[in-house]
Amino acid sequence: MAKILIYSAKDTLALELLSAARLIAGETGAEIVALTINDDDQGRILANVGAHVYRVNAPDLVMADVAAVADVIAQGVQQLGAGVVLLSSDRRGKELAGSVAQFIEAGCITDISAIQVNNGRIECQRNALGGATVATQYIEGDKQVLAIAPKAFPAASGEGGSISELQITVKPSGIKVRETKTKDSDSVNIEEAAVIVAAGQGLRSKEDLAMVEALARSLGGVIACSKPVATDKKWLPEDRVIGLSGKQCKPDLALLFGISGQVQFTVGIRDAKTIVAVNTDENATINQMADYILTADMHEVIPELNRLLG
Amino acid sequence: MNIVVAMKQIPDLQQIRISNRRPVLQDVPLTFGGIDKSALEAAVVLKESLGEVKVWVLSAGSEELEDTVKEALAAGGDEAYLVIDQSLAGADSSIIAQVLAAGIKQLNDVDLILFGEGSGDNYSGQVGARVARLLELPLVSYARDIKIDGDTAQVVRVLEDCEEVLEVKLPAVITVLSDIGEPRIPSVTQILKAGKKPKQTAELDDLGISAGQSNPVITLSNLAPESNRKRIVVKNPVELVEKLKSENLIGG
Repeated sequence: MAKILIYSAKDTLALELLSAARLIAGETGAEIVALTINDDDQGRILANVGAHVYRVNAPDLVMADVAAVADVIAQGVQQLGAGVVLLSSDRRGKELAGSVAQFIEAGCITDISAIQVNNGRIECQRNALGGATVATQYIEGDKQVLAIAPKAFPAASGEGGSISELQITVKPSGIKVRETKTKDSDSVNIEEAAVIVAAGQGLRSKEDLAMVEALARSLGGVIACSKPVATDKKWLPEDRVIGLSGKQCKPDLALLFGISGQVQFTVGIRDAKTIVAVNTDENATINQMADYILTADMHEVIPELNRLLG
Repeated sequence: MNIVVAMKQIPDLQQIRISNRRPVLQDVPLTFGGIDKSALEAAVVLKESLGEVKVWVLSAGSEELEDTVKEALAAGGDEAYLVIDQSLAGADSSIIAQVLAAGIKQLNDVDLILFGEGSGDNYSGQVGARVARLLELPLVSYARDIKIDGDTAQVVRVLEDCEEVLEVKLPAVITVLSDIGEPRIPSVTQILKAGKKPKQTAELDDLGISAGQSNPVITLSNLAPESNRKRIVVKNPVELVEKLKSENLIGG
């Protein structure tokens, strides 16, 4: 039977892929192999939790040349006899997914949030129609590339892995890396936060962020926003955006201020345990998915909340 | 130079209603994906700075596309190349990639092919990467900035934790983030002129695309998630704080 091959450039995501692979293998009996590329540390990490690692060392490979990396993965698929390829659905992994799929002429599903195996069929859930719906899909055939969303699976544990070497060839690259800049973010990951205080287009000015920030602080939470606040107004960095093209958050408590509730936003917060919506429009869509609804101006509500909680 | 912008026709997402958890697509107007419009904007900005550039709008879909494409021609596209077939509306990424790659081969001397990093509806993000492979061109996704210098593009690719400044040999496939540029709103004159801009249409037979497909993606169901929220209306911040405290959601 064709093997399951996993690859992510990120250690944490590779460990999650191993869990996903084990779920599938538990039903289909397929053997799992893990590929690492120019990353001996990751090879050890995966082998330590029981993965059979195939290590590629290709000093000439430009890791930013995603098509070249996809070529290496495709060679791994070929040599190791893999059919199902699991990749991470972070940006790097998603870019790889389409490329690997075309190299091995596979069907491909990205942004997978859950997997269920039925009669050997790997049924995947992902958002569709801009997040308005959740589709359940599978690939009919033996070549499948599945890109799995970060945190959809827990990190794998275990023991008894192995490390082997894999020889591949690298073609010359048309891409040169001039510079890599680490993002100078305050390194807050809103996906990890237990409490989120988010502002949307109801926010009148950048100065008003201070009161939102103060509320987030007093609740032990973090500040986040809908896409226009970051992309159009640039009042907050892009890594604070909740939604389809931003972060998928699962806090215990989300307080949403001045957010109308377009589906591209709500898809990023609908897994919150409790949602509070404060909006001037009593018919705002966001109220449909809120546990507590307060129809009022955020510019009056937030200072009062700060007084009450301060 | 020739820049091709590949755009996907999608239902206007703001107008999709949900009835019994099912999306209602009847009477929903068709448009192009939001990020695709940013890709078009990026091409038009390059044209404005470089001069001698032709911006092609490339799309594959149902016959309504002939109407939808006017939107893109009004917003700065110079000429459209459309592949029309009823089966292409909602077709699998692998089919669309083959069709677009075949379409690009029909256009001469293409230097740069732009995509949105994901379509507005499925946001699967595969087609650009697949087309790059089919045409054996370099691929850079998630671009926030593109500058052209001769036969090289300087691209800023934005990842979750870092940014890469890359030099890419043209021709190349680049997929862009919506941050690359806010799509312009065409003037009335531009809208009127759009209908007169040149359009080429092709059918699948013209491109030699066969109907068969290996490893297709099958959709078993597509439903809105169930929401069982409490929807309790509170009158003021004091009442809100009381409720949240009673659920131990906030301290004090």
